[in-house]
Amino acid sequence: MTCGPHEAGGSSRGSSGVAVLDLPRVALVGSPNSGKTTLFNALTGLRAKTGNYPGVTVTRYEGPVDTPAGEVVLEDLPGTYSLAAISPDEQIVVDVLDPSHGGTQTPQALVVTLDATTLRRSLGMLAQVLQADLPVCVVLTFTDELVRRQGVLDTAAFARALGVPVVSVVSGRRAQLGELRELLGRPQDWERTPVPPPIDPLEVPSWIESVLRAGRYVLPQVDERTRRVDAVLLHPFWGTIVFFATMFAFFQVIFTVAAPVQGWIEQLFAFLGDQVDAHVGNRWLASFLADGLLGGVGGVVVFLPQIALLFVLISLMEGAGYMARAAFLMDRVMSRAGLEGRAFVALLSSLACAIPGIMATRTLPSMRDRVATMMGAPLMTCSARLPVYVLLIGLLVAPGARVGPFGAQGVIMFVLYVVGALSAMGSAWLFSRLGRRSGPLLPFYMEMPPYRVPSLRSVVLAVWDACRGFLRKVTKIILGTTVVLWLLLNLPAPSTTELAAAGVDPGDRTAVSSYTIDHSAAAAVGRFIEPVFEPQGFDWRIDVGVLASLSAREVFVATLGQVAAAENPDDPADTLKQMTVQSGPRAGEPLFTAPVLAALLVFFLYALQCTSTIGVLRRESGSWKWPAIAFGYLFAVAWTMSYLTAVVVGAVT
Amino acid sequence: MSIASLPMGRRAARSPFARRSSARRAAADRALPAPAGTTLADLRAGDLVQVTAVDDGSDPAVTRRLLDLGFTPGAEVRMVRRAPMADPVVFRVAGYDVALRRVQARCITVGPAS
Repeated sequence: MTCGPHEAGGSSRGSSGVAVLDLPRVALVGSPNSGKTTLFNALTGLRAKTGNYPGVTVTRYEGPVDTPAGEVVLEDLPGTYSLAAISPDEQIVVDVLDPSHGGTQTPQALVVTLDATTLRRSLGMLAQVLQADLPVCVVLTFTDELVRRQGVLDTAAFARALGVPVVSVVSGRRAQLGELRELLGRPQDWERTPVPPPIDPLEVPSWIESVLRAGRYVLPQVDERTRRVDAVLLHPFWGTIVFFATMFAFFQVIFTVAAPVQGWIEQLFAFLGDQVDAHVGNRWLASFLADGLLGGVGGVVVFLPQIALLFVLISLMEGAGYMARAAFLMDRVMSRAGLEGRAFVALLSSLACAIPGIMATRTLPSMRDRVATMMGAPLMTCSARLPVYVLLIGLLVAPGARVGPFGAQGVIMFVLYVVGALSAMGSAWLFSRLGRRSGPLLPFYMEMPPYRVPSLRSVVLAVWDACRGFLRKVTKIILGTTVVLWLLLNLPAPSTTELAAAGVDPGDRTAVSSYTIDHSAAAAVGRFIEPVFEPQGFDWRIDVGVLASLSAREVFVATLGQVAAAENPDDPADTLKQMTVQSGPRAGEPLFTAPVLAALLVFFLYALQCTSTIGVLRRESGSWKWPAIAFGYLFAVAWTMSYLTAVVVGAVT
Repeated sequence: MSIASLPMGRRAARSPFARRSSARRAAADRALPAPAGTTLADLRAGDLVQVTAVDDGSDPAVTRRLLDLGFTPGAEVRMVRRAPMADPVVFRVAGYDVALRRVQARCITVGPAS
């Protein structure tokens, strides 16, 4: 995997203009669920920056921390249970801790977060971290929970047994961080452990026991509250019902709660567009500003409600501990597709839109699973496909047509959803199989953390980070495509004399926009690529629609409407029915025959006709490799399947 | 999910849970020692055992990871529950709960708890 030149910039951009490279660096090491990221958020707040590690698609988080001795850069390393790395994410931790590894910058000191309620396990990783020749400071998290569950730990004696500084914090309480901030300022003064723990994993347990004995550790009781909630939420029957109810609510929220907000955003941009139309004299410039620029910006902002809601829900589920339970319940089903349970949430979100779906793959710990899920996610039937499906199905079968007791239109829609979901699973399965060739199969294990109250701060930061990252990395791509497509569809602009010569009334907007598109660069491209879709029976006008739909699938409807000079381009069904083939052996016959319509439906089912998805794939996978692969394989599949559909439907009808 | 449905769910879920686990725990006290070659994948909910060996055979990295997760020889493990379709399975080890797929659970040989 290759990375762009932006990677180098990620670590050297300081917030105050000072090169971050010169500041002392401290890295946070800890297992997942140990409160590591909560601590990172509490220390760095909104000043954290994200980037990528060179050469791999693992997100890198770092941010400045104020200490009495000046600013320190804190790096949040990926969560891991062991330094014997088995995944690219874990290898990052090993590489960062290894001063002889050239690609990464080794910090001056390490902060290790240990969940006080799971010390018997987490000390094993501390034993490995202490092998690195770096100053180490231990932060004990969830000490309040330890006390609540009648566990005991003498922190001072524990620190003496380890020989390193130990600070205990109650998760998320910022006021308690003073002592830690003070320590972070002077890592060179930290006490170093005199005798490093044993290296042999079979000798480590006795070291752990001796440290725990010295710290007078009493293992906390099983969390009664968690046990009772689990008896319901993981119950074979009730647990499954609660799971589906939760997922239904989850889907409803990102699908229907976001929809009105997105509607307002669209209205706002339509209003701004009208204002531009009213106040900018030049018709061409007004159209560029309103449809090209404002349309592009609107096309970015319209995704924010879904992304924000998705991350509110995901971080609530993760923070409360339900994500692990949901994954546990779905693991068997998802393992059929070579994935793990957590991928279910990402695929489900993709039913609303592939953008939040692909962003939801961040919850998957393994990069291989993340890529496999990303490759499948665009196949789930997203809401942008709906207007296209509705239009095409409406042309294909009459509203009254029935298949048995069911309306034929509804049956076709249902089949498209099912085929999309099955194709997504199949594609994920294929990519996870291909991914296995590049390394050993990762064992599956998943900690089931006690139920906890999610921290509001973590929820807000997760939402903020997701929205900011999306705007930063994807705006350029979406805005760029929208503008380029607008130019293609509107250049060259016909002059008034040209319109007059063609017999078009310059005052008739429908006729003018139809004439412009017919003679645009896009039409030239459409005619040029006509042979590509010839076997499916698409003519250049359909090709223009397909081309324009690259900015967003639903644009296909309006573009076809404009090409057909429909009075109302957003509902062009009647006009399209009248369209006939212009040339060739089928000249004069209706253009939208059953095989053409079926082929178009299948094409839109598979093709990655969405530059926003391409942009978010670029952002989440860290390179152009995966978006290129996704676009290529989905186009090939879309072409093949739509061709087969045209042949089969043509033979049947 | 409505709040009203929870108490009903809990009542219905709790009694079979309590009955099952106490019955199994009692059975475990009598029926184990398990035959040689018993692995974590063979346990029933509530069984308490001790790890005797961890070996994936083909992949030392997996063995190492299972050790790092707390499945060290001598560690006490309790089987907590399995997922609706029998896989994965939750175990309590080293003071926390962790779910393993049966493929991995089979790599961990166990004997009666001391």
